[in-house]
Amino acid sequence: MPPALGTEQIGIRHLDQLEAEAIYIIRETVASFERPVMLYSVGKDSTAMLHLARKAFWPGTLPFPVLHIDTGWKFKEMYEYRDRYVKGELGLELLVHRNAEGVAAGVGPITHGSRVHTDVMKTQALRQALILHRFDAAFGGARRDEEKSRAKERVFSLRDEHHRWDPRAQRPELWNIYNTRLRPGESVRVFPLSNWTELDVWLYVKREKLPVVPLYFAAKRRVIERDGTLLMLDDDRMKLKPDEQPTQKSVRFRTLGCWPLTGAVESVASTLDEIILELIASRYSERQGRVIDHDASGSMEDKKREGYF
Amino acid sequence: MEPVTPKVDAARLLDEWLAAHERKELLRFLTCGNVDDGKSTLIGRLLLETESVPLDVLAAVEKDSRARGSQGEKTDLAFLTDGLKAEREQGITIDVAYRTFTTEKRRFILADTPGHEQYTRNMATGASTADLAILVVDARNGVTTQTRRHTTITSLLGIRQVIVAVNKMDLVDFDREAFERVRIAFEAFALKLPRRETSFIPIAALDGDNVTMRSQRLGWYSGPTVLELLETLPVDAALNRVDFRFPVQLALRPSGDFRGFAGTVASGAVRPGDAVVVLPAGRATQVARIVTFPTEGQSEVAEARAGDAVTLVLADQVDCARGDVIAHPDNRPTLSNRIAAQLVWMAEAPLTVGREYLLKHTTHETPATVSRVVHRLDVETLESREASELGLNEIGVVELRTARPLVFDSYGSNRATGALIMIDRLSAETVAAGMIDASAMGHWLDPTNAHLRASMSGVTTAERTARLGQVPVTVLFTGLSGSGKTATARALERALFDLGKTCVVLDGSAMRQGLSRDLGFSAADRSENMRRSMEFARTLNQAGLIVLAAFAAPQEDMRSRCRTLIGAEQFLLVHLAAPLERCRERDPSGVYRDAAAGVLRDVMGIDVPYETPRDADLVLASDALGPDECAQRVLAALRSRGAIR
Ligand SMILES: Nc1nc2c(ncn2[C@@H]2O[C@H](COP(=O)(O)OP(=O)(O)O)[C@@H](O)[C@H]2O)c(=O)[nH]1
Repeated sequence: MPPALGTEQIGIRHLDQLEAEAIYIIRETVASFERPVMLYSVGKDSTAMLHLARKAFWPGTLPFPVLHIDTGWKFKEMYEYRDRYVKGELGLELLVHRNAEGVAAGVGPITHGSRVHTDVMKTQALRQALILHRFDAAFGGARRDEEKSRAKERVFSLRDEHHRWDPRAQRPELWNIYNTRLRPGESVRVFPLSNWTELDVWLYVKREKLPVVPLYFAAKRRVIERDGTLLMLDDDRMKLKPDEQPTQKSVRFRTLGCWPLTGAVESVASTLDEIILELIASRYSERQGRVIDHDASGSMEDKKREGYF
Repeated sequence: MEPVTPKVDAARLLDEWLAAHERKELLRFLTCGNVDDGKSTLIGRLLLETESVPLDVLAAVEKDSRARGSQGEKTDLAFLTDGLKAEREQGITIDVAYRTFTTEKRRFILADTPGHEQYTRNMATGASTADLAILVVDARNGVTTQTRRHTTITSLLGIRQVIVAVNKMDLVDFDREAFERVRIAFEAFALKLPRRETSFIPIAALDGDNVTMRSQRLGWYSGPTVLELLETLPVDAALNRVDFRFPVQLALRPSGDFRGFAGTVASGAVRPGDAVVVLPAGRATQVARIVTFPTEGQSEVAEARAGDAVTLVLADQVDCARGDVIAHPDNRPTLSNRIAAQLVWMAEAPLTVGREYLLKHTTHETPATVSRVVHRLDVETLESREASELGLNEIGVVELRTARPLVFDSYGSNRATGALIMIDRLSAETVAAGMIDASAMGHWLDPTNAHLRASMSGVTTAERTARLGQVPVTVLFTGLSGSGKTATARALERALFDLGKTCVVLDGSAMRQGLSRDLGFSAADRSENMRRSMEFARTLNQAGLIVLAAFAAPQEDMRSRCRTLIGAEQFLLVHLAAPLERCRERDPSGVYRDAAAGVLRDVMGIDVPYETPRDADLVLASDALGPDECAQRVLAALRSRGAIR
């Protein structure tokens, strides 16, 4: 028999500790809500969270569906990976939701800007899907270290009947006893990775040998520089300005979203070990490449109030 | 970002890094203090100097700070942590924010909690998962009401290590006296709290003195910096590693033959083959296997310890569901539907006795009503006050009755099984945090220690009755101060003695000069005094003696406990029902006079209610009858009961 869980020496290995905490949260959610769903964004955090959920119910299977809110502007490699890993390898029930009105109106980040695109294709799309399926609890892979308004987020975060977050009406969370009562129309977002850092997620991906979207690894990619951000041209929907010259650069992504809104970083880290080492040495935050956070200081918080995840 | 080369070394480098870092201890701490004492600045300093602030974030803070900060050209470090826009605009932190940072020695999760009075609940939240608290005090203001309140809350929530950071030393000319004044005031207050380790550090958070770097300007201080303490104080993990408790989260039945119970070990450890019981039902079985997700083909483990999330497979098909607790048969938690708990009340609407709330404890949820507010804690003086409700941010001890029994331990010995929250059924808000105190009322309940068994007496009750010519009883005289309880008891004692009977008078002053010398006058202490008196009375009854007990015993609940403890057949409740005005006129011990003068508080009938007994065996108008006549009436009652002839 293998050694006991936890430690041989002092303290528990911190990944084990984080893993156990996440599993506890995921199980509490399933025990306490009628219709949970796991939001799956195809990124590393979602992938780690999905793996934790599989662990929580093993040898059983996931007792809830997995939902991808598709803005229509994700990187091609993300779609490929999603279908190969989640549908194919894991064989999970994957719901994909797009805001049909948004699609009909041709909403996109290039034509409408990041604010409108994110609001219509992400925030509203999510709200539609939650209402459509009457989900009362939605798991998300957000972490407190991502952004400062997230640092105040609860593990079980209450949303009103309009799926909005009110930072002043948060419930106190004491110990690991979660208040999971809802009033009619209310729902919760559940964040099992609240206490994880970007580095923890990568160490976990390594330890659990999880596959991730290849865009996280450095490779020569065709990019342009716009407003200080390196954008990878994933298809030809973006019109170049006269002075913009695509060049081949060795880049990778620390976070993945809609391709015209997600900045790459220059890097030669092409393996998992190299990414982790790079991260250990880095002094920049992961969201630095996200265009939407820079709209205005405090903008992430505004989005959350409106119902963005 | 600097590229890492050469590539071949990545795996080895990472292995080395992991070996050095993956077993770092985790310390969870919280910071608290008054608004503007400098918490956010201190945290900003800590994060900045441990290189935990990403450079792009720092640049944004510098920009914000120049635009809106209070520090002119200096970066307002508070902006690093004051996350929410609304807070920034108001200039106060209104919520709990969690942050992780790492140093060479440890990992930290820090809960930044607000100093504003109405947000006590957030502090309790931050404290509930912390091992250590940093209390920030402004050197100019010293220990304030808020400091005392925060200290009390950290203490109630079981934090045993405190760093008192005396901040803004630059504004008191780095004066040692100012620092010592704070220390002395704090120590004087904390004397009344349970034992804790307290360290005092003079700092100037704005400039970083003694935060992570030793200060020249505070040369007279030779102790550790804040960071040094954080890195070296013991990680007093709140986990109890001894008593195995496994609250069941879910029953997993994925296929016909697999049936497992998923949960996280709350405390202690368990191995396959261990004999266990499923509580509250008490069904006995064994742990067959401990199952986890397969790693390298293995899905069973040899042991699961506190904090591990596993699935237990039991040897027998016993009933077991969410909310049950699995424990070892020779080390069981307490089981009861009556508990006493310290509550931190967190809702606008006050706690209401008799109202039904939802109580959540481990993975178990049950309706519960508060049967009594035992007392309210005055956080200024740490004294207990009589109270009938608890308001927002108030702290007190209450007794709860739950619809289904709880399986619990005292919070002091096991945070995981001693903590609870209360939820309002209508608003669905969390209205209270509770810490179960199995000792506060637990001692009125039956002892749970299985090793305690009364030895059998070789002398029978009949033999005693024959020798003494009496059947032992306890007469409890209850009534207001001045109603004549002791006088009546003494008159009865004389009468019984003259009849050749053997009896003992017990009253408050006799008890308090002896057996209860260590007790004060808080509700809890009064309750304990009563319990001791009744235990003593029971012992005397067992020896065949008649006991005449003269105690105010103002609460119905308390009197009914006395009846239960003595045994209903041997218990006689006599209510000396003199009206309050008459008692006040007589005022033999001067309590009413002192109460009127404002010198004495908690006087029954004045500021403490006296609950008129509805189950008295005898009600006597003692003011009209006088002690001797009352004694005669009780004597008659004893005769008709057959206690004496
Ligand atoms: N002179 C001086 N000012 C300080 C010091 N620490 C904090 N401050 C200032 O005190 C004010 C309140 O600090 P802040 O950290 O926001 O307090 P909080 O409300 O406890 O978080 C701010 O203007 C700080 O710049 C210090 O050591 N010396």
